[in-house]
Amino acid sequence: MRDVAVVAFAQSEHSFSDLGWTEADLVMPLVNEVLSVTGMDRSEIGFTCSGSNDYLVGTPFSFVAALDTIGAWPPIAESHVEQDGAWALYEAWVRMQHGDIDAALVYGFGKGTVGDQVGISSLSYDPYYLAPLVPGHIAMAGLQARALKDAGFDVDPDPTPPPATDGAAAVILAAGDVARRVCSRPAWITGLDHRIEPHAVGSRDLTRSPSTRQAAARAGVRPGVVDFAELHTRFEHEEMLLRRELGLDEKTVVNASGGPRKADPIMATGLIRIGEAAARIHDGSAQRAVAHAASGPCLQHNLVCVLAADTASDLASEGER
Amino acid sequence: MTTQASLPPETPQTSDARVVHVLEFPGGYTRSTGPVIGRFLTGLRSGRLFGVRMPDGRVLVPPTEYDPQTAAALGAADEDWVQVGPAGTVTTWTWVDDPRPDHPLDRPFAWALIRPDGADTALLHAVDSGSKAAMATGMRVHPTWRAERTGAVKDIACFAPGEGPAEVPALAPAGVPTPVDGPASDGEAELEPVSMVTLPHRLEYRLRGGTVWNHFIDGMAVGQIRGTRCAKCGKVFVPPRGACPGDGVPATEWVDLPDTGVLTTFAVNNVPAAGAPEVPFISGYVLLDGADVAMLALVSDVPWQEVRIGMRVRGVWVPDAERTRSVKNLKWFAPTGEPDIPFEQFEEYV
Repeated sequence: MRDVAVVAFAQSEHSFSDLGWTEADLVMPLVNEVLSVTGMDRSEIGFTCSGSNDYLVGTPFSFVAALDTIGAWPPIAESHVEQDGAWALYEAWVRMQHGDIDAALVYGFGKGTVGDQVGISSLSYDPYYLAPLVPGHIAMAGLQARALKDAGFDVDPDPTPPPATDGAAAVILAAGDVARRVCSRPAWITGLDHRIEPHAVGSRDLTRSPSTRQAAARAGVRPGVVDFAELHTRFEHEEMLLRRELGLDEKTVVNASGGPRKADPIMATGLIRIGEAAARIHDGSAQRAVAHAASGPCLQHNLVCVLAADTASDLASEGER
Repeated sequence: MTTQASLPPETPQTSDARVVHVLEFPGGYTRSTGPVIGRFLTGLRSGRLFGVRMPDGRVLVPPTEYDPQTAAALGAADEDWVQVGPAGTVTTWTWVDDPRPDHPLDRPFAWALIRPDGADTALLHAVDSGSKAAMATGMRVHPTWRAERTGAVKDIACFAPGEGPAEVPALAPAGVPTPVDGPASDGEAELEPVSMVTLPHRLEYRLRGGTVWNHFIDGMAVGQIRGTRCAKCGKVFVPPRGACPGDGVPATEWVDLPDTGVLTTFAVNNVPAAGAPEVPFISGYVLLDGADVAMLALVSDVPWQEVRIGMRVRGVWVPDAERTRSVKNLKWFAPTGEPDIPFEQFEEYV
C-alpha cells in the first residue's frame, strides 16, 4: 500500500441551532483552513470527495452548492458519497492508491437542526418492512441497548440521542514526500477498512458487531498500543460494544475530544473521528490512534482507520533491524 | 457605471424567521416488491405470517430474496415457504412515550423485535402493552390485524400481549364496505398477488434564510437587485452567492445592479405549470448589466414570436404599494426597444 497520511484537519464551531448557514458557509472556512495549514495551493489537490445527505435540509442536490467552496472551475476531479465524510475519506484514500495523485481534499457537512431526524433516519431504512413504521434512529438504538442490558452488560436500556448539530469538517490527505513536506508530523494511515452487516436488525445478534471486529482485524488495530480512539458513538451503550470488538483495553482513551455525544454534525461526525485521532498524532500526544465511523441502524456499517506517527514501511524496516 | 457599492456586508440580518419547508412525494413513493417480499405481503393481506427457509435450515422472517449471511437466493420453491406464528416472542424492545402521527399506535407503545413461533429471526413491529412496566424481553405476543389490508407491513395493526390468536377481520379494501360476516379469505381469490408498495412520505423542515439571502430579499423589497462580487476574480453573482465558485473564497462585496440587461437564451413554455403564468409564457436567462451570471426570469409584454436572443430587457416591478419581501416583486422582464446586442458580446455567459 502507498503511504498516505492525514496532514490537516479542521472542523467548524458546531451549532445547536440553525444560524442560516448555507453549505458553502459551513465548508468554505474549513477548506481554506486546511489549505492554509499545509501551505498547499488548490491546484495541488488531485481529487476532492465529500459526504453529505440531501434529506437533512430537504433539498435535492444540496451537495452541489458546497462545491462553490472548492473552486471547481476550471473543472476538477471530484466525487461525492451520500454518507458520512469518513466514507468520502475512504474513497479518496483508495483513489490515492492509484499512485498518480499526491493530495486529496475530503469534507463532510450536515445540518441536523432543521429537519425531523426520526423521519429522515427512517427513510434510510428498508422501504418494505422498516420505513413504513417510522421507527427512527433512537428506537433502533434502544433495541440494541436493551439487547445488551438483557445480555448482562451495564448499559442504560433507554438511550438518549446526541444533540442535533450543524457543522462540517475537512481533511487533506497527502502521500509520501508530499505529506512530509506539508506536515511536520503526518498521521499515516496504516490501515483502513469498512465492513457491513445485514440491514434487517431482527436477523442480527445485536450484542455483537462482527463488522467492526472484521474491519478492525483488516485495518490492523492489533497488535500494538492504541493511545487514543475516537469512536462514532452517537449513543452511550455503543462504546462498550465497540471497545470489545475493536480489542481496545482500558489504557486506550476513548473520545478525548468529547465525541459525538457532545457534538454530532451528522455526515461529518465520522470524518471528525478520523480528524481528531489524526490531530493527536499531529500534536505529538499519540504515537498510534484508532478512528471509527458508523452508519445504518444498530451499527450496521462500520469503518476502522488506524493512524500512526510512523508509516507501515517505517515499522516494517524497524522490524527487520 | 452599472454597479455601485451598496450596504456593508455586516448589515444585521433583518429577519430571524424560520420558514417551513416541506419535502413530499404526493401519493407516496411506489416500489415493486419482487417475488419474495410480494409473497410475504400477500400473506399479510390474508392475515397470515410466512417465513422462508434458508440453506442452513433456519427460517427467515421477514423474508428477503437473499440469505442475509451468504447472499444465496431464497424463496424460489414453494416448499421453502413456511407459515409461522402467529404468536411469537419479544427478543428486545424499546419504549415510545410520545407516538408520532405516522406511528402504528396513537398511545404510548413499545417497538419490539418479535420472533414468530417457527421462525429463527425477528421482525420489527409495535407492541400495545399499555405500559412500559408490562413489557419484558421474552414475553409472548400475537399480531392483531386491520380490516383494511393492502399487502403492507401495517396490515398488522400491532402486536398484543398473550398467545392470541386474534381474529382476522374480513378484508375491507379501502373504499369497499366491510362485509357483515364471512371468513377472512372471502374475496381473496380474485385479488392479484401483491407486487407494489406505496410509501407515503412527508418531511417538514424549519429553515432560516442566510445573511446573503436576507440582504438580497431586503433589496428586492425596495425594488433593488443586489449581487455579490468576488474579490479575487471580480465576477459579480446575481442572485448573490456567499462564495465564488471559481476561486472558493468569500464573495462578500455587495453591488447594486440595474434592472436592465440582455436576454441570453429563452424558452416558450406551452405546458401549464403550478404558479406559472398562463401559457404560452416565456422563461429566459437575463444577463444584467454589470453581472457575470445570467439569472432565470420570466419575459413578457411582447408577443412570443418576437422574443429573440440578444434582446435588451428591463425589469417590470409590482407597484410600490404592493411590494413584499419577496422575489415576486420583480414580475418579469420586458423589451426596452433598444437595438439588440451582438451575440459575440455575451457569448461567454451563455
